[in-house]
Amino acid sequence: MRQSFAIGIGGAAGQGVATPGDIFAKIFSRRGLHLNVYNAYQSIIRGGHTFLTIRTGPGKITNMGDRIDLLIPLNQDTMDRHLGLLSSGGACIYNADTIKPGKAADGVQLCPLPVSKLADISRNKIAQNTLAIGAALSMTGIGFQALESVLAEQFRKKEKAVIDENVGLARVGYDYATQNFKAFANPLPMTDARYAVLGGNAAMAMGGAAAGVKFYCAYPMSPSTGVLHWMADHARKANIMVRQVEDEIGVINMAIGAAHAGVRAMCATSGGGFALMSEALGLSAQAEIPVVVIDCQRAGPSTGVPTKTEQGDLWQMLGASFGDYPRVIAAPLDIGDCFTLIPEIFNIAERFQCPGIVLCDLLLAEGRLSVDPSILNFAPEVDRGEMITSANGNGHGDYKRYLITESGVSPRAVPGLPGHTHVVSSDEHDEDGVLISDEYTNTVKRRAMMEKRMRKVVGIEASVQPPKMQGPADAEVTLIGWGSTQGVIEEARELLADQGIIANQLQIRWLVPLHGDAIANILKRCRHNIIIENNYSGQFARYLRSETSFVADGHIRKYDGEPFMPHHIVEAVKEQLKGTTNLSVPMHEIMV
Amino acid sequence: MATDIAAPKLTTMADLKGKVDPDWCPGCGDFGVLAAVQKALVELQIPNHEVATISGIGCSSNFPGYINTYGMHTLHGRSLAVATGFKMANHGMTVLVTGGDGDGFGIGGNHFMHTMRRNVDLTYIVMDNQIYGLTTGQTSPTSRKGMKTKSMPFGNVEGPINPISLALSAGATFIARGFSAEQKHLTELIKQGIQHKGFSFIDVFSPCVTYNHDNTFQWFRPRVKKLEDNPSYDSTNWMAAMEKSLLWGDEIPIGKFFERTDVPTLHESEPVLATEPLVKQSSRIPPDVARAFVEELM
Repeated sequence: MRQSFAIGIGGAAGQGVATPGDIFAKIFSRRGLHLNVYNAYQSIIRGGHTFLTIRTGPGKITNMGDRIDLLIPLNQDTMDRHLGLLSSGGACIYNADTIKPGKAADGVQLCPLPVSKLADISRNKIAQNTLAIGAALSMTGIGFQALESVLAEQFRKKEKAVIDENVGLARVGYDYATQNFKAFANPLPMTDARYAVLGGNAAMAMGGAAAGVKFYCAYPMSPSTGVLHWMADHARKANIMVRQVEDEIGVINMAIGAAHAGVRAMCATSGGGFALMSEALGLSAQAEIPVVVIDCQRAGPSTGVPTKTEQGDLWQMLGASFGDYPRVIAAPLDIGDCFTLIPEIFNIAERFQCPGIVLCDLLLAEGRLSVDPSILNFAPEVDRGEMITSANGNGHGDYKRYLITESGVSPRAVPGLPGHTHVVSSDEHDEDGVLISDEYTNTVKRRAMMEKRMRKVVGIEASVQPPKMQGPADAEVTLIGWGSTQGVIEEARELLADQGIIANQLQIRWLVPLHGDAIANILKRCRHNIIIENNYSGQFARYLRSETSFVADGHIRKYDGEPFMPHHIVEAVKEQLKGTTNLSVPMHEIMV
Repeated sequence: MATDIAAPKLTTMADLKGKVDPDWCPGCGDFGVLAAVQKALVELQIPNHEVATISGIGCSSNFPGYINTYGMHTLHGRSLAVATGFKMANHGMTVLVTGGDGDGFGIGGNHFMHTMRRNVDLTYIVMDNQIYGLTTGQTSPTSRKGMKTKSMPFGNVEGPINPISLALSAGATFIARGFSAEQKHLTELIKQGIQHKGFSFIDVFSPCVTYNHDNTFQWFRPRVKKLEDNPSYDSTNWMAAMEKSLLWGDEIPIGKFFERTDVPTLHESEPVLATEPLVKQSSRIPPDVARAFVEELM
């Protein structure tokens, strides 16, 4: 079992749950600890219930884990909802003036802070939060020094007096805890590593900047808005043109316009916005103008649950827009991959002049993860494909934008070059870009153009590797996931191994091209296959079946809005190996 | 890229001739608009490779195929969004957007409004025939009340929009109306529109000879009155323009309704575009900037 420690902080939206989360994240990462942050929240600006889980440890921490070690309820509601999550060895720090503890399990330490005695609460409305942070630092053995610089950064926009007051308050909380509460049995260690604390949305935006995106546009939509925020905030330093557009239809069309003018263009949205973009996705394919679209999935259908995660958009991506056309779809495996995937998918989309779709989800988009800063490579390989950027004496008017080639790729002249004027079109066209759709529909030309475009699929498939099996080849059970479930399945495999069940894992990152034959070859050698996904109908299972005829032995699905926790998978695998069921739908125990 | 030309040659009508001839119905108003755009580019001596002609879908939206420039034939209603992205990525090019009333005021109405408030430096020419032609004759957003079409066989019960007053209220900085049969006048308006720094909107009466039997050339001819013929008309006066825009019936004004030159264009408002067009800028993040981005996360 991985060594880890998880803090749960809960309160109403607007009560300041985020700030302690940020402070702990900084302290942990600077201590050389890994961490993962997941925030469960609702679509409400003030009120409701927000529950932030920050889990840390010396080894890789890829998910929220199975247990809370320290609960910090900022209101009674959080105490009532979550005290039961603590088991022996856990602790709960709370404001004794306003919050009544409930019945805790045996061995749980209740740590009441007499907030009005320790602080002047008429002056400092968030005194309880700061006192609790101080107390937590004492109980976890982190010491006080780490906090001072982090608090100074956290409140950098405030006056020195405010910073001093908060440092002083935290000190009071620290000392009070040292005198009155029992420290955790295992103090949090320290390592020489230093990690960056990266959010998924920021990672995708930074990945875009690294890939050379010069034009980014979006319409705000949870949970993708963080990409727009990073881009807008850093646009002038990165020299990226960032626009907020009137709707997602305008967004993708604007991106296509910029891409045609010769720059890399990207946009991000969620399922509803993506639905509005679908028609133009076909334009990108038909006019052969590459564009990259990020879809941060949230629980659907329709407006659905805007602040909850799901992997429910796969079939929308597979079927987006009408007609047959080449496309590329990839799902990042973790928050670090949110960064590295973007330059990769741009290279493929541009080489094959087709749309590229990044199928992310709320779990990654709004989560935070410690990553080795060296993976944030701002000088990745950039392959813009066959582009004509200089007239080079060739401009005699014989340029054919849609030249029929063996690869299906026609060299793309950047507008502005003399002698290369041409028309790109959503209507079917011939090699010259002349419309064949209206006047003299020509079946030979239509067939030739369809085949030219679709030939690109061969090159696209060759441009990515088939997935590789993780773990021992002769495992008792094979767990198959896609995208964001990489980390939680990996940890579940470790927990299963502790119980004597050897599992391996096939995690899918490239959904199109899928390499179905290679996957089928791998899976037919496996003893018991279980597909794990965050949706109701088994969208990936159905896709895999349609592409390969492969039918898994069992399924683990979750569609309650919350992500998988490792024990959900462990228990489901065990019941399926026993033969109790072949479809497990784990119950999420944390009510948020 | 434009500097690749060794010896600049004059732009002629022949240079601007598209790969194919228009497939519009004989007598269609759009022929006159195409000719006027070509003449305007010749008179302004803008080389064809420095022009992008971007359209949506519809009879008039086939326009980019009939003129030899960098053309984009996009989706129904989306030409202005595509053109905005194009202009932001290469503001060194002259961008013309061409289309019809259904494309621009119906399905594309939202983009029309927002492109005007952004003052994107492009010229939007609407071939307004008050009918859907390519779908064989249905009511359009500018069809008159009472007009009988295939989709409203008992007469249009909805009123039309007024593109000129809409453009005035949305903040367009150049607003004009032309008539396809008034070639010289229309060419002049298009030239002024192209030269205008900012969004220029030219609504052109371009009669549909097949499906609109109400608003024909014959119907328009005695009614259109040039604003330029009235020496006291001041096209910098927004209120006067709004008043003129409401005239319809026996007297329908054509000409330049309004122009203001004191509003910066979208590309002028963005410091990122201050040095040179986006497409010519480096797409690499400088190492010190990249380091600072990572440092924020530490």
